[in-house]
Amino acid sequence: MSAPVEIILEPGRAEKNYWRDLWRYRELFQVLAWRDCAVRYKQTVLGVAWAVIRPVLTMVIFTVIFGRLAKLPSEGAPYPLMVFAGMLPWTFFSTALADASNSLVSNSNLVSKVYFPRLIVPTATIAAAFVDFFIGLLILVVMMIWYQFAPSWQILLLPFFVFLAFLGSLGPSLWITAVNVKYRDFRYVIPFMVQFGLYVSPVGFSSSVVPEKWRLLYSLNPMVGIIDGFRWCILGGESKIYWPGFGLSVVVVASFLWLGIRQFRKLERAFADLL
Amino acid sequence: MQNNELVISAENLSKSYLIGHEMGNGRGQESFREAVGRHAKSIARAALDMAHGRQIIHGNEVEEFWALQDVSFEVRRGEVLGIIGRNGAGKSTLLKILSRITEPTKGRATIRGRVASLLEVGTGFHQELTGRENIYLNGAILGMSRAEIKAKFDEIVDFAEIERFLDTPVKRYSSGMYVRLAFAVAAHLEPEILIIDEVLAVGDVVFQRKCLGKMQDVAQGGRTVIFVSHNLSAIIGLTSRAFLIEKGRLVMAGASSEVVSCFLRSTQNELQASGDLSAFRRPYRAEGYVEIRSIKVCGKEPGVAFIGLGDAIAIEIGLYVLRPVERAIIVINILNEQMEVLASIVSADSGFDVSLDSGFHTMRCEVGVVPLMPRDYRLSVGVAQSHGVLAWDVLEPVPGFRIDGKQSSAWLQASDRPGVLLLDSCKWSQQS
Repeated sequence: MSAPVEIILEPGRAEKNYWRDLWRYRELFQVLAWRDCAVRYKQTVLGVAWAVIRPVLTMVIFTVIFGRLAKLPSEGAPYPLMVFAGMLPWTFFSTALADASNSLVSNSNLVSKVYFPRLIVPTATIAAAFVDFFIGLLILVVMMIWYQFAPSWQILLLPFFVFLAFLGSLGPSLWITAVNVKYRDFRYVIPFMVQFGLYVSPVGFSSSVVPEKWRLLYSLNPMVGIIDGFRWCILGGESKIYWPGFGLSVVVVASFLWLGIRQFRKLERAFADLL
Repeated sequence: MQNNELVISAENLSKSYLIGHEMGNGRGQESFREAVGRHAKSIARAALDMAHGRQIIHGNEVEEFWALQDVSFEVRRGEVLGIIGRNGAGKSTLLKILSRITEPTKGRATIRGRVASLLEVGTGFHQELTGRENIYLNGAILGMSRAEIKAKFDEIVDFAEIERFLDTPVKRYSSGMYVRLAFAVAAHLEPEILIIDEVLAVGDVVFQRKCLGKMQDVAQGGRTVIFVSHNLSAIIGLTSRAFLIEKGRLVMAGASSEVVSCFLRSTQNELQASGDLSAFRRPYRAEGYVEIRSIKVCGKEPGVAFIGLGDAIAIEIGLYVLRPVERAIIVINILNEQMEVLASIVSADSGFDVSLDSGFHTMRCEVGVVPLMPRDYRLSVGVAQSHGVLAWDVLEPVPGFRIDGKQSSAWLQASDRPGVLLLDSCKWSQQS
C-alpha cells in the first residue's frame, strides 16, 4: 500500500489538485465508460441493430432528397458515401451531446455521495458514444466495398479528425451538462439544438454548395470543419478542403472547449449541493 | 504503526448555504407596479446568476444558513468514533465535507490517508449489470484500483455470500443480497478512514453482526472508523468516543456512553420542560388546521413513561384545532430505537373518526397490552383527514416509552436478544 496521502480540505483547495486528481482517477474513467457501453447494449433489444438502422435510414433519406431530388453535387464520390462520411462525425456529436447532458443528473447518486473529479462523468459518457461511431465506421467500410471505392492516402489522417470530433463534442457537452444540473428544463432545448444543427451543418450536402464568399462565415460552425475533414480523409481526391475555414473551425472548437471546461469547473463545486 | 497519530484534524469547519425567502413589503398591499418591479428585479438577478454560474435563489430576501459552524476536532489512528445528533443537526454535512463531496465555506481539515464512505448502500450499483461487474464498478467508484479489486475479489464474494448469483444482474437480487454485496466491497477497500452512515439499519441480524465484526477488525487493523447512526445502542457498543452535534455545532465530545446519555437527556428534558413538541421535526404540515400539541403515555410525558411487562398502554394526544375539521383520524406508529416501525395504529381501523371544533381536544387511545420486548420505544403521531388526502400534522419519532423488564428472567434482560415480540404466555407442556 502506498504511503498515506495527506489531503487538506479548505475553501478553494480542490481547485489546485484538480488536474492531478483527474489523472489519479483515470481508472474510474475507464470503468464508467465501460459501464455506459455495457448498459447501452444490455438494456435494449435492438441495441446494436439500432446503431445500424438509424444512420442507414438517415443516409437513404438524405441521398434521395439532396442527391436525387435537389441534384446537389457529391464531390466526385457516390452521393450515399459522401452523406455517410459526413454523418459519422455528426451522429457522434449529437449522441455525445444528448447523452452527456444527462450524465450528471442520471449519476446524481454518485455525485452526491462520492468524491471524484466530476469531469469524468460526461467525458466517459462521450467516450462510450465511440461504440456507435465504430459501428458506423464498419458500415462505411461495407459501403465502400459495395461501391468499389478505394480511399487514398488521406485516410491515414482520419484518427486526427476523429480526435478533433471528440474535442468538438466535449466542449459544448460540458457546458450543457453543467447548466443542465442547475436548470433541468435545459434538456428540452437539446433535441431542438441537435435538429437545428443537422440542417445548418453540411451533413446531407457538401459544403461546396455554400457560395464562396459565405464560406468563412459558415465555418464558424465547428462541425463544418470537422465534417469537411472527414470527407477529405475518406473520399480523398476530389473532395477539396477549404483550409481557412477549417482553421477557423479548429479555433472555434478550441474556444468552445475552453469555455466548456471553464463553465463546468465553475459550477462543479456546487453539484453535490444542487443534485 | 503509531497508534496515537492524528489522522484527521479539523479547525473551525463551517459550511453555509444560501436560502431565499419571499418577503412582502410589510405594508400589506402592493401595487401592480411594485409587484412588476420586484419581479423584474428578481428575474434580472436570476439571469445574472445564471450567466455567472451561481445558484439561483428564489425569493427576494436571501439568508445565510449555517449547516455547520466552527467545528474543530481531532481523530487518531485506530479510533472508532461515533457521531450522533438529531436530523438536520449537521452530521451529514460534516461527513460530506470529510469525504470531499462539498467544500467547507470556512475553516480547514487535514486528513492523512484515503477516505472511503459507505454513505448509502449500493451507491453506484447499476441494476442492469451483474454482481461481478458491479464489484468492479463499485470498487472503482470507491477509489480502488483494478489490481486491488482483483486481489480481493474472492474475499469480497465470500463475505457477501453471493457466489451463485455472481453473474446475475443485481436487479434480480434480494435486498439482503444487495446490501451484503455493497458492504462487502466497501469493507474490503481498506481505506485509512472508513465513514459509515446509517447502513446497518438494513440487512438481517446475522449480517449486521458480521458487519459490526468487520468494522472492529478494520479498527483493530489500525484504521479509523467514523460511524454515524441513530441506533444509539450500536454507538455505545461499537465506538469508544462520540461527538454530539446540535444545530451545526459540536456540543459534546467524550466517551460514547456519556455522550449518548447526555443526548437522550437533552431530548427528554426538552419534552418534559414544557411538554412542548416544537423541538421535533414535522415532515408534513398543513398550516392552519390541526396541530399536535402533546403526547402522553399512561399519563406521563413521553420518554419517561415506564411500563411494566404485561401492563396495558394508553396514549393521550393533545390536539389544537385552528379551524373546524371533519372526520379527523389519528395515526400512532410505534418504532424501535432503530427507527423501524413495529406497529401502526390507525384510529379508522377501530372505526374512530371525529369532527372537531376549534380549540383544545384530547384524544385517548387505549392500546391494551402490547407484547413487546422490554426495550425503549419511540412514537410518531399524525393527524389527517379520513379520506387520506391531506395530512394536517405529522410528528417525527419522539421518545415514547420503555417496557420495563426488571422483574423478569435473566433471559429477558439480555440486551442482545433478537426479536420484536415477547410471547410469554405460551402454554408449554411435555408431550412424551
